Amino acid sequence: MTSPPVRLAHERPLRAGSASWLLRVRSVVVALILLAAAVLLMALGMRIGDIPMSVPEVFQAITGDGSNHFVVMELRLPRALTGVLVGAALALAGAITQAIARNPLASPDILGVTTGSSVAVVAAIVAAGSTAGGASGALASVGIPLTALLGGLAGALAVYLLAWRKGLDGYRLVLVGIGVSAVFTNVKYWLLTVGDVTDSSRAMVWISGSLNGRGWEHVVPVALALAVLIPPALVGTRSLGALRFGDDTVTGLGIRMNLARGLMILAAVLLAAVATAAAGPIAFVALAAPQIALRLAGVAQPPLVVSALAGAVLTAAADLAARTLFSPAELPVGVVTAVLGAPYLIYLLIRVRRKGRS
Amino acid sequence: MSTAVVTARPPSPGRPRTATGRRRLAVLAVLLGALLVTIVLSVAIGAKPVPLNDVWHALTGPTGTENDIVVRSLRIPRTAVGVLAGIALGVAGALMQGHTRNPLADPGLLGVTQGAAFAMVLSIMVLGVTSLYGYIWFGLAGALLASVGVFALGMAGGRGAPTPVTLALAGTAVSAFLYALTSALVLMDQQAMDVFRFWQAGSIAGRDPDVVWQVLPFVAAGLVLAMVNAPGLNALSLGEDVARALGQNVTLTRTVGVTAITLLSGASVAACGALAFLGLMVPHLARPLSGPDHRWLLPYSGLIGAAALLGADVVGRMVARPGELEVGVVLALIGAPFFVALVRRRKPVRL
Repeated sequence: MTSPPVRLAHERPLRAGSASWLLRVRSVVVALILLAAAVLLMALGMRIGDIPMSVPEVFQAITGDGSNHFVVMELRLPRALTGVLVGAALALAGAITQAIARNPLASPDILGVTTGSSVAVVAAIVAAGSTAGGASGALASVGIPLTALLGGLAGALAVYLLAWRKGLDGYRLVLVGIGVSAVFTNVKYWLLTVGDVTDSSRAMVWISGSLNGRGWEHVVPVALALAVLIPPALVGTRSLGALRFGDDTVTGLGIRMNLARGLMILAAVLLAAVATAAAGPIAFVALAAPQIALRLAGVAQPPLVVSALAGAVLTAAADLAARTLFSPAELPVGVVTAVLGAPYLIYLLIRVRRKGRS
Repeated sequence: MSTAVVTARPPSPGRPRTATGRRRLAVLAVLLGALLVTIVLSVAIGAKPVPLNDVWHALTGPTGTENDIVVRSLRIPRTAVGVLAGIALGVAGALMQGHTRNPLADPGLLGVTQGAAFAMVLSIMVLGVTSLYGYIWFGLAGALLASVGVFALGMAGGRGAPTPVTLALAGTAVSAFLYALTSALVLMDQQAMDVFRFWQAGSIAGRDPDVVWQVLPFVAAGLVLAMVNAPGLNALSLGEDVARALGQNVTLTRTVGVTAITLLSGASVAACGALAFLGLMVPHLARPLSGPDHRWLLPYSGLIGAAALLGADVVGRMVARPGELEVGVVLALIGAPFFVALVRRRKPVRL
């Protein structure tokens, strides 16, 4: 990967040992604005609840004094943090998937991760309902996230193996993903009919993607996953840049293409599965955030850090909308992201098609 | 399978014809026979097996025995709903694949099912409609809006018919959108949730005998329109310009086609909920037998659709004894590998 020493005026090299990246001023500015927006949206979201507070009161409660310390620190902050972290993880997973599939329409939503998780969790809730008298206690806090994680990995593995045919073709991957997701979806519906109606309602809220009642036990795994997976993902972007050129070029560049691709897909699947385990399948964030980030930053492929921040902003904003639009009733955040995200997918489709024609 | 690729092209004078008139009638007779066999199996097999002479007894001179009641009030309505929905979905799938020239077209994949579902849930919850007669109209309206919407979206931005990928993704997007709206409604009302979950899984079990009579007119009208549409669809498969040059009214043909698709898939959704993949698979099974001529493809697809639906239902009753697996789940388990196989083929299918 020797690149010609051409450098644009607004790019600055960043070196760490043998690795180096080009830092673009516009990306950095966009990232900072998104970070500020995410914090603001979190603060706005934390105002809402049984005890309404103003934004300054929220900050006061975090810094220590005041009677609201417990409410904010134990109930509202974890929920808000789960939202932004899950959004960031989903967006990162989406950015990696889209770069690998070389297709802006690819996302873990379609690739079997989220539907795999959903089936596994519905199965667990329904089974627990009939044998252990309901999904609560240990099962709810440990069992459900673990089940979701394993289900997501299994779903992704199924799609990957079925789409493999002397290599991975982006479109075949997407179509196989749609087929596998359809099976999972139908099995999920069937499981919902097997269970007791209260269990089914609970499962239904979970499979819509909800941040309601999230605590620190949801924050920690997602934060850990992001901390562990972001550094290798950033290193991997260098090979991703090459993957964009097509198989022949990549082989010519001497990168062990399928290994690089496989590892990056694994990272994306882990991120999406951990996020789904924490909050359920929040639809379309993984699809939309990288594309929004790409346009904001003005670059050719989804920038990872900006994508993650865009995902955080998107999820926080959607949750705020879900809680206030039909107040006092609250919708699961996933319903809002699906209602907003589906038209966006359609817009993308039309754009891709226009480009293909010209 | 590979024959589908060949026969799906417009017939050219140089290629030997795959089916003569006599052979076509023979195939029709065989398919009718197969459907009859599955009907008999569907009436005889279940939680309580009914011997064939008891089935006959129930049909010809019922005297109120337990088997008579099971056959007349449970098995026959269930089987009749299955036959109607199977014919409707098979023909609707063939029409959709023909009009879109897209081998992956299917009412379930293209959002039509979720369109009907959303409109029906809305009518039940907001307008308080309770009878099937009341909400089937909403289902049809929802199906129509969704199918027109998906086609329009698939066409937008490009020239001519959408590619399989575009159409499948447009369908997925519309389905996800409508499903989110439906689940938002259902989450606010546990009673609606209880109805919706059974309906979403897709089943022909426990249907009121009246359902058959309520759905029948819609299916019948859809089938008549479908057969009227067949010659026009044959011309359209040569391309819109050629069809126009042959004197076809393309707009009229498309309108009749979409109306037929809406009536057929809307009626089947109202009667048995979401049955995925049946409309996708059946035309691919029928096409090697019929060739590209829609006048034969449509009836073959209808018969195969009904036999396949009843067969899947019987399998669902046998594998999960003493309970049963909803036919929608059985169809998805069979249909998805079929779909994956279609996608994995070296040469993408062209219609």
